[in-house]
Amino acid sequence: MQDATTLKEYRKQLREALENDFQRQALDNFAVAYRTSRANAFADIDAPELIAEIAAAKDESIGRLEELFQEFKRHAEAAGTKVHLAATAHEANEIIARIGKENNVKTIVKSKSMTAEETHLNDHLEAQGFEVTETDLGEWIIQLRHEGPTHMVMPAIHLSRYQVADLFSEVTHKQQDVDIQKLVKVARRELRPKFCQADMGISGANFAIAATGTIGLITNEGNGRLTTTLPRVHVALAGVDKLMPTLHDALRIIRCLPKNATGQAITSYVTWITGTVPCEPSPRGTKVKHVVFLDNGRLAMARDPEFKQVLRCIRCGACANVCPIYRLVGGHKYGHVYIGAIGLVATYFFHGREKAKNLVQNCLNCGACKAVCAAGIDLPTLIKEVHARIQDEEGHPLYSTAVGQVLKNRKLFHTMLKSARLLQKPITGGTPYLRHLPMFLFKDQDFRALPAVADEAFRDKWERIKPRVADAKLKVALFSGCVQDFVYPEQMEAAVAVIASKPGVAMEYPMGQSCCGLPLQMMGEKQAGRELAAHNMNAIDAQDFDYIVTMCASCASYLKHGYKRLFADDPAMAYKAAQFAHRVIDFSSFVRDVLGITDESFTGPSKKVTYHAPCHLCRGLGVTEAPRALLGEAGLEYVPATEEDVCCGFGGTFSVKFPELSKELLGKKLANLKATGATAMATDCPGCIMQIRGGFEAEKTPFEVRHVAEYLAERLKRK
Amino acid sequence: MTTPNLVEKLTAKAGLVSATVRCVASMDEAMAYVADVCVGKEACQILASGCDAPLSGTAEALCETKQDKIICAPEMPDEAMAALSAHCAERGVKLITSGMRAHLGGIDIGLTMAAAGIAETGTVVIRSLNEEVRLASMIAEIHIAVLPARAIVADSYALEPRLVEWMGQPDFTAFVTGPSRTADIERVLALGVHGPLELHILILEDK
Repeated sequence: MQDATTLKEYRKQLREALENDFQRQALDNFAVAYRTSRANAFADIDAPELIAEIAAAKDESIGRLEELFQEFKRHAEAAGTKVHLAATAHEANEIIARIGKENNVKTIVKSKSMTAEETHLNDHLEAQGFEVTETDLGEWIIQLRHEGPTHMVMPAIHLSRYQVADLFSEVTHKQQDVDIQKLVKVARRELRPKFCQADMGISGANFAIAATGTIGLITNEGNGRLTTTLPRVHVALAGVDKLMPTLHDALRIIRCLPKNATGQAITSYVTWITGTVPCEPSPRGTKVKHVVFLDNGRLAMARDPEFKQVLRCIRCGACANVCPIYRLVGGHKYGHVYIGAIGLVATYFFHGREKAKNLVQNCLNCGACKAVCAAGIDLPTLIKEVHARIQDEEGHPLYSTAVGQVLKNRKLFHTMLKSARLLQKPITGGTPYLRHLPMFLFKDQDFRALPAVADEAFRDKWERIKPRVADAKLKVALFSGCVQDFVYPEQMEAAVAVIASKPGVAMEYPMGQSCCGLPLQMMGEKQAGRELAAHNMNAIDAQDFDYIVTMCASCASYLKHGYKRLFADDPAMAYKAAQFAHRVIDFSSFVRDVLGITDESFTGPSKKVTYHAPCHLCRGLGVTEAPRALLGEAGLEYVPATEEDVCCGFGGTFSVKFPELSKELLGKKLANLKATGATAMATDCPGCIMQIRGGFEAEKTPFEVRHVAEYLAERLKRK
Repeated sequence: MTTPNLVEKLTAKAGLVSATVRCVASMDEAMAYVADVCVGKEACQILASGCDAPLSGTAEALCETKQDKIICAPEMPDEAMAALSAHCAERGVKLITSGMRAHLGGIDIGLTMAAAGIAETGTVVIRSLNEEVRLASMIAEIHIAVLPARAIVADSYALEPRLVEWMGQPDFTAFVTGPSRTADIERVLALGVHGPLELHILILEDK
């Protein structure tokens, strides 16, 4: 459970988590194994189609939760189940405690329920004198250790067999072997008496089917079945978002959830319980059964146009499985009760701003979670949106407002960059890197060398190098982004040369263009971001061009998807943004798919080149083939690297805010690149180049890191 | 899909999740198999994974309650019960059909009739409004389900109309796929954490 109150304190906790070698190894192993098992599980299934179906069905349910609640209640009560709706976590806990007292309950067994974690139900019940035992193995372990889950599906993934053996030795007062098969059996036999003696069982519910008043539970261990069968009272606690119209909705989710969670085709047990069933120890001969639905902000969320999609979540935990940050620091530091990407968003709504404000800043925006989400939730955008809301509510930090002010004023921003070029002289030592930064700027940043601002910006060269095209068949605007304009103008020049190698393409570099605005989005400066977007759309009149070509994956992805969202509430601007976005294309796709460059354009000896897939290209824009194919067309031998599409740790302002995490991710990236045996790497994002080239430079490893455009340009046949 | 294809698919998929699948030509053959499995197994199968592991007082006491070799077979058709009784008597195995709450420490075999099978996932579907059936499939060390071949459907969607019909009144139905499992400690798979350690599916061929 993340409990830091300041960002500084949070960073300290993150550093401690990074030192937990066992956890890091466990999460690394899992992340790698998960990728294969998920792919195998979905081998015969069209995953994107299934996910789209789930999203559509959940959206439909979310729009009518109150109606579904009434329908569920009607059917469940007809079959003997009592149904409650609790407005708050406290109210839900009170209802359950009251049911316990009314039925003279002393002991309680629980099967896993994230909703009960959300309400801190155990604390409440124990304070009222009930004895509560968690029965899911992982949950029992963390209950005994008095801690929260670190993963939604595998709550104790952070613990080693040695820690579990020590814990079980304490519990049984007997020395236990460090043998997982034996430890599991010890738990089986220690927990069996708890089941036998319990008066009440508490479960969650994965599904609540309105048409029949049925709840559905999916488990692997079978503790859910014992919890709902042995005790005379059964209470199920579920978020109102678990309501769905029909059984079909649930069956559809079952096709996806276990596959997405752990790569299982289905869990060992899917249990459907309708109404009250016979139960011998109950005085009436049938089970006393209650279903408690928890609102706790969900019904309000269902009316929020932006955030209602959070309620689509089916709690598979896949967003944590693929998150590079979760993999480094684990769930106790990457979530409050709910962990992973969904946890960052859910924490704000269910546990408040204080718990969420540091967490939401710790997101790279790499989009891995969105790509794997079983319900198609746009998690990276929502995380940034929560960040923006918190800043709007709490006040924006000074530096963040200041950056917003600078970036939205193009002339001021560009003047500052040009002044930096003059001022940096003493600190570059004549190299392309900033060598002697003052310590207060450089603290924790020395894991990579930072580039110097170029002697001449691309915009100042443009008139000199601009190709003159007499009979243009295509009109193209170049969007450079700040880094390529001021730091790496050679990447832009290379792109111009490649595009100019095909006749009939007229290029423009609209001088009014400025930063795309993604950094402001990352910092939660939404209003300044809107102003900047509007500025860029005025500077580049989309109607004048067939394409707006961008050499920066991050800019391209943001221009294409981000701008439309920024103006969602302004129809005229939204239309303009859609027109603009429609023309935006990344360099590799433009060159390969539009210009259709082939191997005839290139010459020169082959060499090995590996590749880094920028997050905003491979996931943000779904472009994976074009850059790799182009390297081949240019006669280079492309050597794939391990985890090619895992983030390099740059994340723009992220790497400044969380340098320790950025450093770790960069370290993995460099190791994977070196392991290919190549000594050159291509990519399509200047940010990634800054990070990776800077990393190699800092560790003094000779490794060429360049933009795809540069590799193509140097191999173009001279005409 | 035709029945033989469904049988084949269910067999393959159930095998992937450590279930044992056998085709049997008659109910008598099925019941002989059940009795044989019971005779062949160790008195308490938890032994295999360390009954020697030290337990706390309460857990030890519950373990003591399991003495005889027991098969619990609630709600089986008369034909099956007659055959099973004979096989059990011959082999000295105790056969019960009720009173499962007296055996919460565990029994050897819980025998059930599956209402359906789902080929796509290798699943047996157990309806258990009767508490004895529910407990037999949860408490036993080995759960054996008899599944008529004609009751196998291709996927869960194909079963949907029947499930909805069952849910029209109080009902407790489960999809059971392989034995109970966990990977909660270091993601190492362990079978039989709370439920059965083994699942056997006996596919009863159509006559």
